[in-house]
Amino acid sequence: MELFKTTDYDFLGKKWPFIIASVILSVAGIGSIIVHGGLNYGIDFKGGAQVMVTFASTPQLEKIRSVMKQSPKIHGEVSVQNFTGGTAPNTVLIETEIQEERQLNINRQAMEDVLANTFGQPGNPKLDLNNTPSDTLSARLGSALAQAGIPVNDTQLQQLVTGILAYRDKDLSGLVTNFQQLASVPGMNSGIMNALQQETYLGTYHVGRVQMVGPKVGEQLRTKAVLATLYALAGMLAYIAFRFEWIYGLGAVIACFHDTIITIGLFSIFNEQISMTVIAALLTLVGYSMNDTIVIFDRIRENLKLSRREPLEKVMNKAVNQTLSRTVMTSGLTFLTVIALFAFGGPVLHGFSFALVCGIIVGTYSSVFVASPIVLFWHNYVDSRRRPSGYGGAARTDTVRTGGAKPVKGVIGKVVK
Amino acid sequence: MKKNLNTRTIVIVVTILVCVLGIIGVPKSMADLKRNFRDNIRLGLDLRGGSHLVLQVKVHEAVMGDANQTMEHLKDDLRKAGITWTEMSVNEVQKVEDSGDVALTAKGIPAAQSSAFRSLVSDRYPTYAVTVLNSSDYALKLKPTDLIAMERETVQRTIDTIGNRIDALGLAEKTVTAYGRSGADFQILVQLPGVDDPAHVQELIGTAAKLEICAVKDGPFPGKDAALAQHSGVLPLNTKLVQMKPRGADSAEQWFLVDRNAVVSGNELRNARPGQGDMQKFLTTFSMSPEAGQRFGRYTEANIGNRLAVVLDNKIVSVATIQSRIDDSGQIEGLGSEEEAVDLARYLRSGSLPAGVEYLQVDSIGPSLGADSIAAGMRAGIAGLAAVVVVMLLYYRRSGVNAVLALVLNTVILLAAVSYFHAVLTLPGIAGVILTIGMAVDSNVLIFERIREELRSGKSVVAAVDTGFSKAWWTIVDTHVTTVVSCAFLFLFGEGPVKGFAVTLVIGLIANIFTAVFVSRTIFDYELSGHRQLETLSI
Repeated sequence: MELFKTTDYDFLGKKWPFIIASVILSVAGIGSIIVHGGLNYGIDFKGGAQVMVTFASTPQLEKIRSVMKQSPKIHGEVSVQNFTGGTAPNTVLIETEIQEERQLNINRQAMEDVLANTFGQPGNPKLDLNNTPSDTLSARLGSALAQAGIPVNDTQLQQLVTGILAYRDKDLSGLVTNFQQLASVPGMNSGIMNALQQETYLGTYHVGRVQMVGPKVGEQLRTKAVLATLYALAGMLAYIAFRFEWIYGLGAVIACFHDTIITIGLFSIFNEQISMTVIAALLTLVGYSMNDTIVIFDRIRENLKLSRREPLEKVMNKAVNQTLSRTVMTSGLTFLTVIALFAFGGPVLHGFSFALVCGIIVGTYSSVFVASPIVLFWHNYVDSRRRPSGYGGAARTDTVRTGGAKPVKGVIGKVVK
Repeated sequence: MKKNLNTRTIVIVVTILVCVLGIIGVPKSMADLKRNFRDNIRLGLDLRGGSHLVLQVKVHEAVMGDANQTMEHLKDDLRKAGITWTEMSVNEVQKVEDSGDVALTAKGIPAAQSSAFRSLVSDRYPTYAVTVLNSSDYALKLKPTDLIAMERETVQRTIDTIGNRIDALGLAEKTVTAYGRSGADFQILVQLPGVDDPAHVQELIGTAAKLEICAVKDGPFPGKDAALAQHSGVLPLNTKLVQMKPRGADSAEQWFLVDRNAVVSGNELRNARPGQGDMQKFLTTFSMSPEAGQRFGRYTEANIGNRLAVVLDNKIVSVATIQSRIDDSGQIEGLGSEEEAVDLARYLRSGSLPAGVEYLQVDSIGPSLGADSIAAGMRAGIAGLAAVVVVMLLYYRRSGVNAVLALVLNTVILLAAVSYFHAVLTLPGIAGVILTIGMAVDSNVLIFERIREELRSGKSVVAAVDTGFSKAWWTIVDTHVTTVVSCAFLFLFGEGPVKGFAVTLVIGLIANIFTAVFVSRTIFDYELSGHRQLETLSI
């Protein structure tokens, strides 16, 4: 099967509609950011305290919010929202905004206490099976079993408790709703089940994750994200400038900037959250977009060596057409894997895969309709300034570097035989 | 790369075996295989659950503490030397960045004794520099190099103490290291995979655990005001009011008047151990250093019938009456639970923190979340791989098989490298593995498209394959280098999960150069070697 045998589309001739589309998208993205008053940062960039809780039944957001607000220890704005996309339903994110570290720590502790007081049974001497750590459960169960006359040595007890908790966490997403669900834990028998029901009760909530990011660390993370991006772009610019001509490097970097701006704009339009993993995705798609651009530039360079007299635009077009098959295949395949990530990857990778989905589409098209035209514009501009000085002909002002070996500079303006 | 086909095949087979060994070892059963796999591929915090903590050491507290101690000693020295003064104080700073502003101010020193004062200071307190404020007032500050040394030592001692306390928990893997810019941030990173009681661990690490055994002068009082009323509004010299640690939600407040100077302080206690007394009461036994033991023996002998209070971080843990002389060991009773007794023993053994710590970042992930993520990652990986395989087979026919084999080997090498380098697999790391699939196949596509082009232009099969590989080589190198550059910076600047992503992607790309070029070429040569004159290539 072959999709493109020998094509001859005039990509670079028809660049204007696409350039205009790029500009519109960029403006729309930036506009959206301004309208929303900034980007939707995840907790690692904006700071604050956050608790992720899974409930046994549909959570009442208003009740949670009011109970948190009433607590004297919690300061600052409290926001409660549903957390969708995880495998456990009825999951809620409770957040307080960024404040000084000391207060954030108090908030964090207080949020958990308020949950325990409101949705737990604080007066109950039994343990909450859905929120108890393994050591505490071991101790209680151990002494209960001993009193009931069921012999169980330390290793067996350890394995039993580990088994119960592992089953709770892996199979039941952390929330046991019925003691009978634990019947299939290895080593379980009726005596142990009785002791379990005697010593524990089933709480109606389970704390999945507690996070707190203070202003100092938030700033460190933001700085790191920015530095990583700048250095990576600089590194790539240097490498490409070394392997090709500097204008190619600049064209590639501008294309990558373009991809990044449009992708972040899309994040703003679709109100997706930006976290450190999203920055990782952005850097990956910058790398990917570079790849695409390099493949085309490589072909352009090869064709330039073969056809010295043809105008640059024609050579570029030929190169794009020749690599079209590869571009579509690779983009398509990478896009397939990224769609798999987006569809199945779960909530933690959601932002990451969204960035890649947008980025691959934008990155592929930017190599043809942004990077190459920039090089073309530059050379045409330099050309048009040279022509009046009398060389005439279809002379090209580009220098040619041979692939792999040391760079060889062609002479500007001369017709090379 | 026209080496002997057999040698190349052997190289590939050996590589496969070494990689498989790295991933699953030599399993004797299915359960063995699963266990080896789990042991060899280490999961990150976000997949296993656990705690990621960043703390800041409040070094300014250590600097203030040193200044206060110096002040007491200086007062003694000045008295002995006959130098008078009117006032001495140490200013308080609130922020870590201001620790260089801590100064011991001595006022009212007569001008005649100024040189005596200054030579005394430079003799006895060489780490402090004296600044003259006016004819009778002086300010003492730590010299810059000594300040830096003290700050660094404080951070190091905190790291060691926290390490000791965590060791006592028996966690298999833990990380306690300095973090941030050294000398400026004073931060410590603590990573505890698999911890399922994060609140307890945070308390264990964060508690200063300054322990003192002080003489009780008066009490119990139901409140601070009652105590003051008893003493006509003024506390006796050298005493302070300390509250008893509340037990249970509804117990009443209790305050005691204790001596400011401790009889025995925490760092003189050794070998603490939790235990159980009569009637199921929890207690912690301890022994003392010999000098402290002697001092304590003399004190208890002279104070039978009086009370002693055990004060932990300015809260009274227990009060006991001295029954008889105690020489070198004792018991702290009245603890609320076994956990409290165990914790107290830990604090005594590891020592108190040289300065307070503050949490700057906390991330406690429960194992339920991690299990979800792993399942999601697996599903995405299989879906992605399946889609790519199907497309490659459809589009490139038998050469597609070539690409698929290279791809599978690429993934195997990647996992083996993760295992051998003890790299940690995080959720973004799994995404990196999946992304490697997409990017790795790009190399094959580049080569195959080039071969197709050469075939179209009329070259023979052998020549087309040759040209395809050699023309595509530099493009492959270029594309891989740029992505590796990108990942290198991600690795340098990223935190745990992002680092994991960078590592897996880089390893995947490097492995890809091997599989897409060397292995694919070998497979092609295999195909071509059988037939003398191959007319067409299934591509």
